[in-house]
Amino acid sequence: MNGSVKFYQTMKFRRYVKNTIILSILILGSLVLLTPLWWMVSTSLKTPAEIAQHPPAFMPESFQFSNYIEAWQTGPFTRWGLNTLFISVIVTIGSVFVNSFIAYGFAKIRFKGRNTLFVIILATMLIPGFVTLVPQYMLFSKLGWVNTYLPLIVPAFLGSAFFIFLLRQFMLTIPKEFSEAAIMDGASHFKIWWHIMLPLTKPALITVGIFAFNGAWNDLLGPLLYLNDENLYTLQLGLQTFKGSVQVQWHYLMSMSVTILLPTVFLFFIFQRFFMNGANISSGTKG
Amino acid sequence: MMNETVLKEQQSNAMPMPESYAPKKEIEREAAVSIPKAARKRKWRPGNSENLIGYLFISPWLLGLIFLTAGPMLFSLYVSFTDYNITSKMNFIGFDNYKRMFTMDDLFWTSLWNTLYFVLFSVPLTTAGAVFIAVLLNQKIPGMKIFRTIYYLPAVLSGIAVYFLWMQLLSPTTGLINTVLAWFGIQGPSWLFDPEWTKPALILMKLWSVGGGMLLYLARLQGVSNVLYEAADLDGANAFQKFWHITLPMLTPIIFFDIITSTIASFQIFQEAYVMTENGDGGPGGSLLFFNLHMWNKAFEVFDMGYASSMAWFLFVIIMVLTVFNLKFSKKWVHYDGGDNK
Repeated sequence: MNGSVKFYQTMKFRRYVKNTIILSILILGSLVLLTPLWWMVSTSLKTPAEIAQHPPAFMPESFQFSNYIEAWQTGPFTRWGLNTLFISVIVTIGSVFVNSFIAYGFAKIRFKGRNTLFVIILATMLIPGFVTLVPQYMLFSKLGWVNTYLPLIVPAFLGSAFFIFLLRQFMLTIPKEFSEAAIMDGASHFKIWWHIMLPLTKPALITVGIFAFNGAWNDLLGPLLYLNDENLYTLQLGLQTFKGSVQVQWHYLMSMSVTILLPTVFLFFIFQRFFMNGANISSGTKG
Repeated sequence: MMNETVLKEQQSNAMPMPESYAPKKEIEREAAVSIPKAARKRKWRPGNSENLIGYLFISPWLLGLIFLTAGPMLFSLYVSFTDYNITSKMNFIGFDNYKRMFTMDDLFWTSLWNTLYFVLFSVPLTTAGAVFIAVLLNQKIPGMKIFRTIYYLPAVLSGIAVYFLWMQLLSPTTGLINTVLAWFGIQGPSWLFDPEWTKPALILMKLWSVGGGMLLYLARLQGVSNVLYEAADLDGANAFQKFWHITLPMLTPIIFFDIITSTIASFQIFQEAYVMTENGDGGPGGSLLFFNLHMWNKAFEVFDMGYASSMAWFLFVIIMVLTVFNLKFSKKWVHYDGGDNK
């Protein structure tokens, strides 16, 4: 066989085969992951009769865009949408600034007990949220906060362990020269945080902002627990009651589901690299 | 704080964070190394004002720790020994709640079993799935960026819309899944209507959003130099050997972290079961009555706060024991020097 190496024996060929196999698996997987989303959109555009049809079709016969408007009109969804937006925006602003503030303390100020407290932060991430659910409810109801947005908003202004961790890790990668030079010039920590740290940590702040917004937008548990007045409902809670109150009308449920997911999807495609950011910062492999 | 619960869940399926245990000092050291010696000498001394300002900066978190975490936890420990039900006084009743839980409440055992079943299957499956996909997405193939987006997308979507979507997909006669199974001549189960299949249905749903965990593994894989693989190539190692002896050990710190966070999150499964059944009735045959759903019903349907608190503490103890066990056991299989963190 000397001298006559066949094409199928070369490295190039082997790489070609390997890539083809991987590509096929990836394409198949993509289909599996995306078809449910297509299914949601297609069901949202069908008539009820089409949905009940057996076997179901992948494409609606004609696109019933009116489903979206009709579904939206079955309840005070505009109001609920505005409520949700209001809560989410405030929670986002709070999360970004407060967590960054706290993270600055842990990353750039040397104070007694800092390391112990930081370990406590990490430990609190291991506490199941349900353990504090009942006592928190008792606390907030004693304060008269039931049926207000305070139980949903105030906690966001008291920091979240995960976001603090994320921002601290990011701040540690910023050379100390920046803040030390400013300290030499007599700037206070507050000024350094505001004028130097906030602009320099923008990518991480965007990551936190997106996660905070999505968390608030998709929160069902909080509203379910604290909001009884229908006027105060969020979209998630409104949709949950909507599901219970009518005979399951899939064309409406799916069109509402698509609508409610749109902001998240929108944010994802605009800020995609900031989602990746979060993973990179926290796994210790920056960039 | 409600947010916290949801967030926690989201974090662990959208992007958990590894190595929270090890890196603190290392990173500080790294940061210190990058500073020229002359600059380091100018380091300020931790004086009194520095202490004060430090605590001022972390004060929001300290308030939260006291009023939203530590305080409530201690309080709920106390409540768990009382018969408090909102209208009553808090009468101290010793271990009665715990006794009732273990000996008289059949639903408690049902919910515990359902939860363990879910954790036992969903945690290993999602972890393995995430690793597998991350390795695939780390290959150098044109167009990989698009695939990464596609695989991550489902993990971004969350909340009630996703549960509705899966109720539709899992619909026995007109749902997508059974339609596809029928192409292959398989008569699909009734999923959410069959007690045997409700939990597998939820696990399937979790697997759909496995891309969240994937992202962390991928980040780790991309931070690794090619040297080890090239050496393995020279030694004639095949793809599986390379995966088993290089890739997997390198990923163990993240796998470890992923397992801890997703175990905690899975033990707290609630919203899925609440939404996908009739307002939390636990589904057919009580097969979706998870621990937290049962706790929720006790606390906020019949306002048996004392009893619910004892359940909460029981769950807390289980999770702590498991976490400590995980930490101890991790020494046997987690390699912290496997990869370079640059």
